[in-house]
Amino acid sequence: MSSFVLYTATGLGLAGLYFLLASGLSLIFGLMNVLNLAHGAFFAVGGYAAWWVMDSIDAVPSGPRFLIAVVAAAAVGIVSGVLVERGLIRRLYGHHVDQILLTIGLGIAAVALMGAWFSYDPRLLTQPDWFIRTTNIAGANVPNSRLLIFGVAVLFLVGLLLFLARTRHGLIIRAGVENPSMVRALGIDVSRSFTLVFAVGGMLAGVGGALGAVYFNGVSPSLGTSQLIFAFIVVVIGGLGSVTGTAVAAVLVSLTQIYVNNYLATGMGSVSVVVLLALVLLVRPQGLMGKALA
Amino acid sequence: MKRLVIFLVVAGLLAVTPFVPLGIPVLFTNAVNSPGTLQVLASALVLAALAVSYDIIFGITGLLSFGHALPFALGVYGTNLLMIHAGLTYPVAAVVSLLAGLAVAVVLGSVALRTSGVAFAMVTLAFAEAFSLLVLTDPIRKLGGEEGLPVASEQVPDLFRGVVNTRNIYWLALALAVFTYLVARRVVTSRAGRVFEAIRENEPRVEMMGLRPFPFKLASYLIASGLAALCGSVYLLVVRGANVGTTTPDFTLAILVMVVLGGAGKLWGAAIGGFVYGILTLRLSAVATSDAIDSLPNWLSGPLSEPLFVLGTLFVVLVLYVPGGLSAIGSGLRRT
Repeated sequence: MSSFVLYTATGLGLAGLYFLLASGLSLIFGLMNVLNLAHGAFFAVGGYAAWWVMDSIDAVPSGPRFLIAVVAAAAVGIVSGVLVERGLIRRLYGHHVDQILLTIGLGIAAVALMGAWFSYDPRLLTQPDWFIRTTNIAGANVPNSRLLIFGVAVLFLVGLLLFLARTRHGLIIRAGVENPSMVRALGIDVSRSFTLVFAVGGMLAGVGGALGAVYFNGVSPSLGTSQLIFAFIVVVIGGLGSVTGTAVAAVLVSLTQIYVNNYLATGMGSVSVVVLLALVLLVRPQGLMGKALA
Repeated sequence: MKRLVIFLVVAGLLAVTPFVPLGIPVLFTNAVNSPGTLQVLASALVLAALAVSYDIIFGITGLLSFGHALPFALGVYGTNLLMIHAGLTYPVAAVVSLLAGLAVAVVLGSVALRTSGVAFAMVTLAFAEAFSLLVLTDPIRKLGGEEGLPVASEQVPDLFRGVVNTRNIYWLALALAVFTYLVARRVVTSRAGRVFEAIRENEPRVEMMGLRPFPFKLASYLIASGLAALCGSVYLLVVRGANVGTTTPDFTLAILVMVVLGGAGKLWGAAIGGFVYGILTLRLSAVATSDAIDSLPNWLSGPLSEPLFVLGTLFVVLVLYVPGGLSAIGSGLRRT
């Protein structure tokens, strides 16, 4: 029983990371039909920003310092997202395949760039003591960091849903996901929303990177790209463009992965997730809560 | 006619390369006919063939598959595993793994082609990733995991064994490239090939004209996968082992980069892209450690000595400014 609780908590921590990485992908794809293969780089960039803050600002105690690190990771993520959309993606509007190719090249170059600057060896992240301590839940000693990651992801989920439901920008994004040409016909500049979703996606991925550095005990250039495949699976299972679907799918995928790894056979978790994807596509090609795929 | 002459000249020049004792400065440290350089060239030729096979599905039929590493890796691993565990000789193992690759492609292709567009890309990516993870975690302790599997050399014919015979392997790679190109050419110019192109241009219209796109898409997927499996069998000999790197999604993206680099939708463009990519990834790091780049400040010389940084950046520039790839630069020059 106690091991079950531990696995579940670990799975929920991983679900938080998947959600932070996948929700941006899902929104970007839902609105712009751009599959952003450079998204993993945003994640790693956030991780490095957090690592840099934790490593260089010694004056601040480690708890508040981690808060600064997350804010820095979010800021760096926003800047990367806006730069990529404004500087590169924007030049190729209407050419979906070219946009995908562009993000592929960008992702490859960005990972190599980080490798050259920070080396391919993982950089260890200084963590506040509280993260490493455990909390006793139903007899299991759960590391606090897992709970923190899940908690932060839930906060961002609620924030994102409120943003989409209650603000004008959110309204335009939701309408744009439904029918971009209609939104344009009503005289609204959808392209500003494009920059906005890239900024939001970059921010979520950046925060995810900071938390991912905690979860995986360090930052390496492939921090995000190694998780990107699972983020894609989460996006497809959840349904493209649906934030709630992404959240549900993130939990489903990560728990499947962790349970299979621990109860059936080590290493089969990732394979089982792919099988899950195939099953969902056969039964429900549009995903759990998504619009029909083009 | 002109096309045939160019083809024969290029193939002829490549065929006599092992007899040329000249060196190409900067790019190669040794003479062109040294085993080391021939191995680099052989690997580039296999990648050229692989790029041509991918062009059939991506450039010609317009299906964005992110799983082309899978049939290639099945060729690499299948051939090696059959030689190690079933004791088959190399040619038999290559043929059996080709058939196995086709069988896998029928099943996965039928599932994946239920989707289209980006969903198809993601599904194929997921299948390839599943195999990659299977090799990496190696639950049956036979696949070699991260270390890879050295080629079972006792099953390989003498002709292709050892460093002395590198030139024979080179010719095998050249034969593969020529064969793949000719098959692809034949496919593309056939009636079915016309339908492939029509599907790329406008799938609903193909349907409207009374043809079911699905069998054609599956055929394109099968032909490309079969050729890729063959490429894998030859690649096993060239690099003398099965490496987990050939199974990863990164490798699939590399194939995509090769095709776009050369020019998607043009078979010879894809071949050039694969060849250039093969040479660049293997030799760029050597070029980048040259004095000219070493004298630059660290923050700049570091990234420039990363082949993938240079290739990725080059790729972004090509996508932005030269959508047709390297082959478009050529035809662009001809026009002006």
